Parts: sequence; C-alpha cells; structure tokens
Amino acid sequence: MTLFYLFGAVAVVASLLVIAQRNPIYSVLLLIASFGALSGLYVLLDAPFVAVTQIIVYAGAIMVLFLFVVMLLNAPHEETEHDEKIHPLRRPGPMRFGAALAAVLVVELVWALTRAGGSEPSAFPVAEFQTVRMIGKSLFTDYAFPFEVTSLLIIVAMVGAVVLARREAVKD
Amino acid sequence: MSPTLNDYLLLSAILFAIGTAGVFVRRNLITILLSIEIMLNAVNLSFVAFGRSLGTADGQIIVFFVMTVAAAEAAVGLAIVIGLFRHRESLNPDTFRSLKW
Repeated sequence: MTLFYLFGAVAVVASLLVIAQRNPIYSVLLLIASFGALSGLYVLLDAPFVAVTQIIVYAGAIMVLFLFVVMLLNAPHEETEHDEKIHPLRRPGPMRFGAALAAVLVVELVWALTRAGGSEPSAFPVAEFQTVRMIGKSLFTDYAFPFEVTSLLIIVAMVGAVVLARREAVKD
Repeated sequence: MSPTLNDYLLLSAILFAIGTAGVFVRRNLITILLSIEIMLNAVNLSFVAFGRSLGTADGQIIVFFVMTVAAAEAAVGLAIVIGLFRHRESLNPDTFRSLKW
C-alpha cells in the first residue's frame, strides 16, 4: 500500500508539473519521471512485461523523440508566454470553456469512482503468475492479425513522418 | 490492506484529468502532445488494473497495442509540429487558423 501511494504520488505530481512547466525540456524530463513511477505501479500489478516495455519504449524511444524535437526547434520560450500568464478561467473565449470542461471532468470522474467504491470492495484475486510466455503466446495466436496490422501502422507512420518533416526540395 | 481495483482506477482518472486539463489550458503544441501521452498512460494503467482484476493477460496485450499507436502518433505529430514551425516560427496553436471557419 505504501508503495502504491509513493508511486501514485510521484506520477500525479510529475504529471501536474509537466503541464505547469514553461520550458518544454523540463516537461519532457518530468514526464519520464512520471512514466518511471507508472512502471513501478505495473510491477505492483504483476505485469513486469508492461513495466519493462514502458521504460524501454516510452521513456527510451518516444520521450527521446520528443526531446530531440524540442532541441531541434530550439524555441523553449516563445510568444505563448504572456498568454499563459493569464489565469485559464480569465482567458478569452473557447479557452475558458476548455478549462471549465477539464474541471467538470475531474469532478465527474471522482464522483463516479467514489460511488463505485461503496458498492463493491474489489480486491484483486490471488495472482496466477502472468509470464511473458502467456503474453507472447496469445499475441501470436489470438491476436496475430492485430499484431501484423500494427507493423503496417508503424510503416505508414514512419513514411508519413519522413514525408512531413522533410525539407522541401529546391525547385530548379 | 493492499490497494484495490478502485484505487488504481481513481489514480488513472486523476492522471487522465491532468492530461485533459493540459490539452485545454496549455498553448504550446509540444506540451499538448505530452498531455496526450499522459492521457494514454492513464488509460494503460486502467487496462492493466482491469486485466489483473480479471486474471487475464489481455489487458497487457491491449497496452502493447496502445503503445505502438502512441509511438506512431508521436512520430507523425512531431513531424507535423516541425512542419508547422517551419512555416510560422511559432508553436502556439492559435497561430494556425487557416483551416478555421
């Protein structure tokens, strides 16, 4: 229980700081901390495969991509500055609406989940150990087609990213 | 007393709400993409918690697929951000209103 609270608190605080930071580089680094805490939670949930994948794929690959783009663009402080100093509820138009919607979402989710907790105290069943073997087996039998489609998705995303980010060829 | 399914779902809800607030409140394209990653991870946490609660590995497999989609989304999204930055020298989404109205 203490570990759950520790990891949960780290994840929540780091995520809050991610959206509170002005400098995107700090945001990315804090998000890596948040992902580390989440992978600790996955270990607590007897999902070591997901925990390791979280570190390798998310913290290792995706966040490095973000960091690379932040440093490539080299624009940590742009003109959003003065706009973001205003309190979200006092900004013009749709932004105020969006901030109010986010607050409503928090209230709704907390309300729904605290009500759900009253009826059914759902402790986890005793773990039958879920090995990587189990995941691999069903990934290549039951989920073989989605798995193959995933590779197609990655190819398309890769080609699309290259085409979008490519510098326009000099016209002759 | 060990944490129950509801504790994990509550944590997941809090993280998802933080991500939503980030998308709505921040005016920086990179931070908005990071907020989307927070939301995806919140959903991943509830998938794993549900799978653990039902005693199957299916939740973890879906998390695997979500991660691949997140990787693809990050690659394409960041490429679009680079393209936009080249055109307007700005990361503020309010700068890009050509497709609005």
